[in-house]
Amino acid sequence: MYVLANPQNFMRLSGRALPWLVGLSALTLVVGLALGFDAPADYQQGETVKIMFIHVPAAWVSTLAYCVMTGSALGTLVWRHPLAEASQKAAAPLGAGFAFICLVTGSLWGKPMWGTYWVWDARLTSMLVLFLTYLGLLALWHTIEEPGRAARAASVLTLVGAIDLPIIKFSVDWWNTLHQGSIFTRTGSTVDGSMLVPLLIMAVSFTLIFATLHIAALRNEVLRRKVRRLMLVSAAEPPPEAVFTRTKVAS
Amino acid sequence: MSGIPHLGFIVAAYAVTTLVMLAMIIAVVLDGRAQRRLLAKLEARSGVRRAGSAAPGDGSA
Repeated sequence: MYVLANPQNFMRLSGRALPWLVGLSALTLVVGLALGFDAPADYQQGETVKIMFIHVPAAWVSTLAYCVMTGSALGTLVWRHPLAEASQKAAAPLGAGFAFICLVTGSLWGKPMWGTYWVWDARLTSMLVLFLTYLGLLALWHTIEEPGRAARAASVLTLVGAIDLPIIKFSVDWWNTLHQGSIFTRTGSTVDGSMLVPLLIMAVSFTLIFATLHIAALRNEVLRRKVRRLMLVSAAEPPPEAVFTRTKVAS
Repeated sequence: MSGIPHLGFIVAAYAVTTLVMLAMIIAVVLDGRAQRRLLAKLEARSGVRRAGSAAPGDGSA
């Protein structure tokens, strides 16, 4: 971890890891999709159960991305580490994307099963709050120009927003919701093995896709900061013609 | 294939997922290219400037 905390080491090691991550993501996605389309229809839901293979992994990754952001927010506020700031900023649009996928696929699954695209039940509403929190964080990052100040403000909002994570997880237990309960219990899973295997492979695939994109976006952030530093240095330095003119006038 | 009930909902869900994923991938790749291009340009410019200011007899010393 300490080796990776150095931006130069991070750029070197992540550059080597990225092609492997891309390959693994693609492989698990192809296998997951093939097994998912081959899985039998559910006795109640029919073929619409295939939406589960993208909806559940998207929901899992959208909350995982927020967990990453929460850890990075702590890293920003406690250690003021530049990579923690960059990690937060890089994860926000990805988390928003996966939360959007979760909400839209959930609606498209809900209409044929529940008869409606949307209900204001606890699980759906808390997921919408997560999506809106992501949008708020993105807006905040774009509002404050100085990266350090933006990171500290975003960290506070991220930590406040983290309260939504246990609400999302336990909403189906705490309240009577239209959304089904957790498919994973202490005694195992309520899903048949023929559907559980592709579901788990798709969850691994979505996690790898997020990890790949997050590392690539983090590298972009490191480069962006380097560009900003160089721009500030070049703005502070007088252009060669100005130096020449000044010396000429002085002499 | 068209005999599958609610096929439109399944296709729409996979289509939206594909579009959003592609948008995220393209955004990250294009941003990376743009940052690398900007960095190369700035490094070249600052290199020229440093070389220019260090040149003997230019009156800047």
